[in-house]
Amino acid sequence: MPSLLAIDTLLIAACVWAILGLAGLMAPRKTRFIAKTLFPLGALVSVLAGIVGLASLGATSQTAVLVIGLPDLPFHLRLDNLSAIFVTLLGFVSAGISIFAAGYFRQGEGTAPGLLCFEYHIFLASMLLVLLADDAYAFMVAWETMALSSFFLVTTDHRHETIRRAGFLYLLIAHIGAIAILLSFGVMTGGAGGSGDYSFAGMRAQQLSPFWSSAAYLLALVGFGAKAGLLPLHVWLPEAHPAAPSPVSALMSGVMLKTAIYGLLRVSFDLVGTPIWWWGVVALAIGLATALFGVLYSTVQSDMKRLLAYSSIENIGLLAIGIGLALIFHSYRMEALAALALTAVFYHCLAHAGFKSLLFLCTGSVLHATKERSLGKLGGLIHRMPWVAWLALVGVIASAGLPPLSGFVSEWLLLQSFLFSPGLPHAWLNMVVPVAAAVVALVAALAGFAMVKFYGIIFLGQMREDSLKDAHDAGVWEKAGLVWLALITVLLGIMPATVILRIDAATRQLLGAGLSEHVRDHGWWMLAPISPERASYESVIFLVTIVLSVWLGRWLVHHLYHGRGRRSAAWDCGYHFQGPRAQDTAEGFSQPIRRIFEPMFRMQRHLPTARDREPYYSVQVEDHFWHWLYLPIARLAAWLSMRITTLQGGRIAVYLMYSFITLLLLLLVARP
Amino acid sequence: MSATIPLTAQLINLCASVILLLTFAMLAQRRVMQLINLFALQGFMLFLSTLVVAVTTGQSHLYWSAGLTLLLKALLLPWILNRLMHRLQIKGEVEALINIPTTMLVGIGLVIIAFNVALPISQLSHTITRGTLGIALAVVMLAFLMMITRRKAISQVVGFLSMENGLFLAATSATYGMPMVVELGIALDVLVGALILGVFFFQIRDQFDSLDIHHMERLKDN
Repeated sequence: MPSLLAIDTLLIAACVWAILGLAGLMAPRKTRFIAKTLFPLGALVSVLAGIVGLASLGATSQTAVLVIGLPDLPFHLRLDNLSAIFVTLLGFVSAGISIFAAGYFRQGEGTAPGLLCFEYHIFLASMLLVLLADDAYAFMVAWETMALSSFFLVTTDHRHETIRRAGFLYLLIAHIGAIAILLSFGVMTGGAGGSGDYSFAGMRAQQLSPFWSSAAYLLALVGFGAKAGLLPLHVWLPEAHPAAPSPVSALMSGVMLKTAIYGLLRVSFDLVGTPIWWWGVVALAIGLATALFGVLYSTVQSDMKRLLAYSSIENIGLLAIGIGLALIFHSYRMEALAALALTAVFYHCLAHAGFKSLLFLCTGSVLHATKERSLGKLGGLIHRMPWVAWLALVGVIASAGLPPLSGFVSEWLLLQSFLFSPGLPHAWLNMVVPVAAAVVALVAALAGFAMVKFYGIIFLGQMREDSLKDAHDAGVWEKAGLVWLALITVLLGIMPATVILRIDAATRQLLGAGLSEHVRDHGWWMLAPISPERASYESVIFLVTIVLSVWLGRWLVHHLYHGRGRRSAAWDCGYHFQGPRAQDTAEGFSQPIRRIFEPMFRMQRHLPTARDREPYYSVQVEDHFWHWLYLPIARLAAWLSMRITTLQGGRIAVYLMYSFITLLLLLLVARP
Repeated sequence: MSATIPLTAQLINLCASVILLLTFAMLAQRRVMQLINLFALQGFMLFLSTLVVAVTTGQSHLYWSAGLTLLLKALLLPWILNRLMHRLQIKGEVEALINIPTTMLVGIGLVIIAFNVALPISQLSHTITRGTLGIALAVVMLAFLMMITRRKAISQVVGFLSMENGLFLAATSATYGMPMVVELGIALDVLVGALILGVFFFQIRDQFDSLDIHHMERLKDN
């Protein structure tokens, strides 16, 4: 009986997205129709795709061959467990973002809404195709479509110079990455002496020497790292995310970065063959550097979206750490531990997609309500925007890695896999890996700091500006989108065992091992990845304890202290005027971190002196990489271009001389 | 070389060497009028050598190409160039960028290189004319050198046409000529090229009041 296969459903979903986009293009200025009809329909398709992805976890993989493509080069598609996890992620997370976008996009902001709708849905469809592609050609086509559509989404407000520059930087690094990926695929097909089979099946069958497989892996690491934001190719992230509209930042940070992680996993675990142990060490080292760098810079930002962007870099670093650990274990055939690390990676992908999208959307609501994105001008918004504030709290707790939400589970799993590393048969690694675990712990703590800053400065305290009193809470659509993503975050937090049983299919496909036999024994409330004697985590107990103690505390305060408290002005140190401006600022809050980690930053400070008529304080934190790596390369390129223009002297005799000398050299060099 | 070389091959070699000598003469010539005359003579020698090859091998299409060479390179093109020269009222000397003796020395060096490069190729060939391949290559290079060292546009065109002569010589010497269609096409190309360049001369002169190409340095984009 010819029934509808899962992969066909997903293809139809991609087509429907494209059709929705085209429909938006037909009526570019009908904002109401686009926002209230097309985006919710897109969200519906997203949910469907998510359900299909979830249902096909654990099923046998399905393939399809499309008729489109070049002659004799049709597109091959395949839905296996690895793809299915990321399809699930894409579907459920983008559903929330689309619902939010229905209330977010309005008339008169840069690009016409119809065009924006088109780019948005093409972006979604191309991400889905990236996940389904089963040959290098289809993958690259989808990958580049994804890069281009997201470039246009980033430059929605193209009238601003800075946004155009951010878009250009993004496109540049995306291209560098794409070239590296293309080369990696080229190496994996076996190069000139190989089969020339560009499909993923052909790459799997290819036997590469250790040198060439390492080359393929490193190229993939560079290529996908550029997209994901691994050091030192991260510079586009903090520029592009603040430039884009919030739903787009959410989609890029939440979902697009994960497609890069998907690609890295696909290449290193599936296509390239047996890993070598130092591959994992490279990924681990880069991941550690990225995570530490990202979290440190996120603590010192004053722009709320830049803060989140750097936090995304940190999370990508954590994912790279997990991949590195899994590779190390896998190369030593310790598949159970590799499965633990890989489960942590998958879990963190899901968790980060949920909470980071949620936070980016919250900044969008704040931006709409206040027209302000600088932390120094916000504050006290919990009084005006309670919905957004409480939902943001969910995201913040998850992002800080606190129980009982999703971020804690994944980081706990990651640390667990570190704790088992002393079993490695390699003395040097055994010494280094615990240090790495300490760095991860530091990163987690600093992430907590950054999130306290983010939440405290925006939502708590008093309003720093008078205009904030007019702020309004998010609309119905926006609230719905936020609630959806918060729900994902909470569910991922309190049902870890259920989720891991689903993830199990993918780790089993890649490693031949999973956590299911350990996890299944203990019921859904308890998570003990290896054995309950070693470590276990009962999310529900945490949740109940936290809820109970908060409720108890509130009850106690309410009943024991109520009415007895006295409200009066705070002790003002003899300084009678104390406005909301006297609160701790964003810069002041992170000052200790700036002090402690001073060599990590490149700061330009202006300190007021006693003689200043209008004293002011300013600090600008810049990226070392920008000055040490990117600007020298840019200068070198400019210098080389100057040298090369001297070739064009304008004299015909000289031009003829060039061809003559070339001819002579060729004759002499290419002698028979 | 031994005496076993047949007479026809010697004749062909003679023609080829005369062509080479003529190319050197062109390289040394300062007057435009004489340059065109030398070019006509070169075309005539090319005709002679092609005719000898045709008689020796009895290939009918070589007669055609010999006739074509005579018509086009010995008569028509020099005539066009002459007319152009009179219409443009070019008189006097051709200015060279590098002085003539130096150019000649460089030319000798190029001939040595050309012979050196052509040697292994001519050993692969089995035609009676294979010895002339080095000469043909040398003619091409010398013509190129002439294009580089001359300043007036018209002498560069002569250099370009003479380079085509060298290529033709190479074709007959290595493979008894190209297929007729290709030869006709090239002949037509050269003719049309000469005509278009003639039109360009007028344009260049109108624009810069001179045919000196160093004025065109202003055209580069900055």
